[in-house]
Amino acid sequence: MSAVTAAAPTERTSRVQSRMRAMWGPLKSAFRKVDPRVQWHNPVLFLVWCGSVLTTIIGISEFWTGPADSGGLRLPAGFTWVIAVNLWLTVIAANLAEALAEDQGRFQAARLRSTREGSTAHRVGRYDPRADADASDAVTTDVSSIALRPGDIVVASAGDIIPADGEVIWGIASVDESAITGESAPVIREAGGDRSGVTGGTRVLSDRIVVRVTVPHGKTAVDKMIGLAEGAHRQKAPHELALTALLASFSVSFIVIALTVNAIVSPFALPVSVPVWAAVVVCLIPAEIAALLSVTGVASMSRLVQNNVLADSAHALETAGDITTVVLDKTGTITQGDRRATHAEPLHGVSRDELLRAAVASSLRDPTPEGVSAIALARESGIDIGALEERGRSGRTVLFSAQTRLSGIDLPNGSSARKGAESAILAWLKHVGTQPSRAVVDELKRATSTIARAGGTPIVVAAKLADEPGRILGVIHFKDVVKPAVVARISQLHALGVRTVMITGDNPLTAKSIAAEAGVDAFVGDATPEDKLALVKREQADGHFVAMTGDGTNDAPALAQADVGVAMNSATAAAKEAANMIVLDDDPTKLVEIVETGRRQRATRGALTTFNIANDIIRYFAIFPPLFVAQFPGLDKLNILRLHSPASAILSTVIYSVAVIFILIRLALAGVPYRLVDLGRALNLNLLYYGVGGVIFAAVWIKLIDLVVSLIPGY
Amino acid sequence: MAWFWAVTSLVTVALILGLAYRPLGDYMAWVFTTESDWRAERWIYRLIGVDPRAGQSWKAYLRAVLAFSGAGLVLFYALERLQPYLPFSLGFPAMSPDLAFNTAASFVGNTNWQSYVPEHTVGYAVQMLGLTVQSFVSGAVGIAVAIALVRGIAYRNRGTLGNFWVDVVRASLRILGPLALIAAIVLLAGGVIQNLHGVTQITTVAGGTQTIPGGPVASQEAIKMLGTNGGGFFNANSAHPFENPTAWTNVVQVLLLLLIPFCLPRTFGTMIGDQRAGFIILATMAALFCVVFVSITAAELSGHGTAFQVAGAAMEGKEQRFGIIQSTLFATATTGTTGGAANSMHGSYTAIGGMVMILNMAMGEVSPGGVGTGLYTLLVLVVITVFLTGQLLGRAPVVFGKRIGVREVILSGVMILVLPVLALGGMAITMSLPSIRDQIVGQAMSEPGPHGVSELVYAFISAAINNGSAFAGFSANTPYLNTFLGIIILLGRFVPIALVLALAGSFAAQDRTTASAAELPVYRPQFVIWLIFLVVFISLPTFFPVLLCGPLAEGLA
Repeated sequence: MSAVTAAAPTERTSRVQSRMRAMWGPLKSAFRKVDPRVQWHNPVLFLVWCGSVLTTIIGISEFWTGPADSGGLRLPAGFTWVIAVNLWLTVIAANLAEALAEDQGRFQAARLRSTREGSTAHRVGRYDPRADADASDAVTTDVSSIALRPGDIVVASAGDIIPADGEVIWGIASVDESAITGESAPVIREAGGDRSGVTGGTRVLSDRIVVRVTVPHGKTAVDKMIGLAEGAHRQKAPHELALTALLASFSVSFIVIALTVNAIVSPFALPVSVPVWAAVVVCLIPAEIAALLSVTGVASMSRLVQNNVLADSAHALETAGDITTVVLDKTGTITQGDRRATHAEPLHGVSRDELLRAAVASSLRDPTPEGVSAIALARESGIDIGALEERGRSGRTVLFSAQTRLSGIDLPNGSSARKGAESAILAWLKHVGTQPSRAVVDELKRATSTIARAGGTPIVVAAKLADEPGRILGVIHFKDVVKPAVVARISQLHALGVRTVMITGDNPLTAKSIAAEAGVDAFVGDATPEDKLALVKREQADGHFVAMTGDGTNDAPALAQADVGVAMNSATAAAKEAANMIVLDDDPTKLVEIVETGRRQRATRGALTTFNIANDIIRYFAIFPPLFVAQFPGLDKLNILRLHSPASAILSTVIYSVAVIFILIRLALAGVPYRLVDLGRALNLNLLYYGVGGVIFAAVWIKLIDLVVSLIPGY
Repeated sequence: MAWFWAVTSLVTVALILGLAYRPLGDYMAWVFTTESDWRAERWIYRLIGVDPRAGQSWKAYLRAVLAFSGAGLVLFYALERLQPYLPFSLGFPAMSPDLAFNTAASFVGNTNWQSYVPEHTVGYAVQMLGLTVQSFVSGAVGIAVAIALVRGIAYRNRGTLGNFWVDVVRASLRILGPLALIAAIVLLAGGVIQNLHGVTQITTVAGGTQTIPGGPVASQEAIKMLGTNGGGFFNANSAHPFENPTAWTNVVQVLLLLLIPFCLPRTFGTMIGDQRAGFIILATMAALFCVVFVSITAAELSGHGTAFQVAGAAMEGKEQRFGIIQSTLFATATTGTTGGAANSMHGSYTAIGGMVMILNMAMGEVSPGGVGTGLYTLLVLVVITVFLTGQLLGRAPVVFGKRIGVREVILSGVMILVLPVLALGGMAITMSLPSIRDQIVGQAMSEPGPHGVSELVYAFISAAINNGSAFAGFSANTPYLNTFLGIIILLGRFVPIALVLALAGSFAAQDRTTASAAELPVYRPQFVIWLIFLVVFISLPTFFPVLLCGPLAEGLA
């Protein structure tokens, strides 16, 4: 108990300290960014910067000349200085927002990068892929992972850190990728196929693999994406550019006002002073959106990283919000990838137990998912597996291969059991000298086609006892099982207004039943890898923005064609290069988070822009009439907020414009909630919240600030 | 009672326009999509050496617009300068170079700003060969550019926007020509004069002499309104009894002004195959028109001052035969289209009423705007609104099946700057030149002070947006103002046209999606409200400060 109470205060002070430190860094870099060479990149903020410099210079010159009147208005002493300070605060606030966001990104990037620092690599001197594929005889030298070049061969055994991104060329191993993904469950990486990609910084848990380094240290797709998440080399995404251009256009119109109005009204009205014009321009130009645009970008990027997704560009993240169609691979995404035995259908005259016993016998040493699942089905039906195992121990196993398409066992007593594809079993029977009767074959055909029509896979079981002819016992119904979480994820995509299309190499019947079960909108069966590319193109031609996931090399063209191509971390190097996002924890349904983050980023910008436009309406009425009210007293009727005095009205609006940036920083960092209702209603709500809300918010706060400012003598 | 008349007039106009909407809109769509040429058209194509089936890229289309308008400008200028040598010149001398330039620029630019007194300056030859011809073709150019933008939206993956020469010939011969003929006959029936009698001197009953002008008025009047030109035969424009004799012809004139601009949305809807798109444009135009009409009418009915109390309303500067409602209706129509005709003296309106007219022009002429210009300007504003809507909803900004990218937004962003830069910049330059400033304050303005500011602002906005009407009282016939306003008119006409054609080009090059999944909730009332709000938000604040020293200072005093 005492330990706890003693620990609490130190914990609290350290938290306060760390928060202070967390603020101090961004604050320092915010001040550093005040450099005009940095500001130049953001035209709107550069304008604010110019206004600040200008008012400061005028403020200094007023020591000699004394304060100037503006539009016949005597301004309180030090007014120019107050304006100058506020304009500088605007510049600092804008930069602080960006620095905070970058800090957040940098923190997450550091976590990812720490896994990718130098480690020791066992480099194989001369690798001979034919004679010594497992590199067991080769000489290895220990080098730093930084020294590795593409094409180098390294060996990693249990306990080793894989030194660089590469491809497994020999062996199979379980790998702990939690450092990258945060997922504690190990994954299997093996030579050949779609699970050959390994990531530097992950740890081999068991077995030994030979890896060919594909990308130099620090240059991998993942490295590049980490750099981006950090905000180091941020480019602007197209719509961000477009919005910047539109904001610049709005800003120019206010500069035109400031430059022209004095001249136009010069015959009849006294000129408004330069500091006042600077204040007007800075208040009215969309400085807060310009400041927060990059913040929304960096914040969304780090939200993606939190979800274990890396993006290769701000563009990709922005496009993610546009997605209207998602192409999903059946295998691995929607289903577990392995078929499960769901029930056994014996032929006429065969007992169900007999069929199941033969199925177990033929699956005893079959490591494929079908074999495991056939035994599981038998166990559920009450078959004594132990006894069968005992008997089978002495037998010779026939392993499943893609050529024979069957597996089974031959016992020393001359009996054997097989299970496999229909044609393979018929061929085997012929091989052992049996010709099944026409009636049996017909019955078998009926059974298999019924299963196929229901979308399942029929596996035929046959057995041959010693000195007896072989016979067909029945069919086991194997079925793809939809992952439990997938249905919910797909309905989430629907809620986002995204169409889902499933693509699979299975026959259309199988595809249809899986599609129905998973709830996808459309499916393409009998698809070759090339069909994926065609499907993506077809959807795009219909006007859809398409996202797809993939991991194999043959997915690369389709990944590149898709508006957003998402590769799994385990994917081959080619797939990763073609994709513009990588899911570190290999969860293809991360598409939901990807689309949502993209939507949210854009909605946040839209909300900020609308809020700013709404604010401006109030600011017009607060800041324009004071310009000339001293000469045309009737203009006071436009002072709808009944602000205390012209000077106070101008100052209050300026203060509000600075303060609102600080308030909006939080909104920009967190993002606005994305509404999952019908678009028309969403438009209503957003216009109500950010439009009408923006008007009321600005009116109330400017009035409140004015009440305080009016207490200052002279205002 | 006044409001009863206001509503009745509005409903009458709306009903007749409603009846014309479908047939005229679809007719215009047919004109610009049919493959068959009239024989007369084929002769013209052969004469100018164009292949009517050859498509033009947006740059080629723009070059054709500029070449055609440039040639028109030179020709018109020559006519004015050579006036004494032309038949039916009524003995008028050649126009001064600056006035000739100003007049040519303003008629070629569909502005029809007239800084001269027509009945004392131009003879019938210039009137018919210059003014009337340009009234037709400058209107046709506006329609052609709007159609090019509509084609850009309708086309998929194309590098071309149609053929300018075909568009301008068809717009003149098949749309403006026949409609003007009908309109002229209707106006003749209503009492508008049409003769070649020149000036008649008569001795009145009291023994004094009176000068009665004549002329081919009805023909000019018809196209003046139909093509939203506004160049009057007489200085008094539609306030003159020979141009606009009765309240009945007044309604006809208002209808003629609004006819094509209000029917083009239907053409747009038909050409892109989605009438909902036409409806949101129409709804926006109509809503803005109603708001402006109600505001001006309210201002005029509730004006104060001695004159007001004697007359019962702000009748100064308005024709007794029209009254308040017919005057404000005309004023709304003429400032809302790029009409520029006037049946009352806009400078004599109440300060606030005058300001609403300035704002109506400053909105970029979209209520409903000039022939063609209204449609294309509003479509540009739709681009900006959809872009912001896409941001707000977190979706890709797609409208009418086209994606809005960086290029489209930048073009639209520049487009909305043209008016403030030209109008405010023009005024600032003018008022910064001491001699010009003294001359304007001392002579051009009818009264120095806030009302003078209103006159100045009105003149420059009117020129920059190609309206052509004036706050009566501002005498602009000086070499400086003629030249300078002429340049502003040309820039205000052709810079937006170039931007719109560039936009059309980038739309045409895109594929057109018809997927409903990518569709934003554009075809709904809330979008129209949002669009109207942005039209107001984008255009008006820029002029707020100068208005403070003009109509607001005057009206709120």
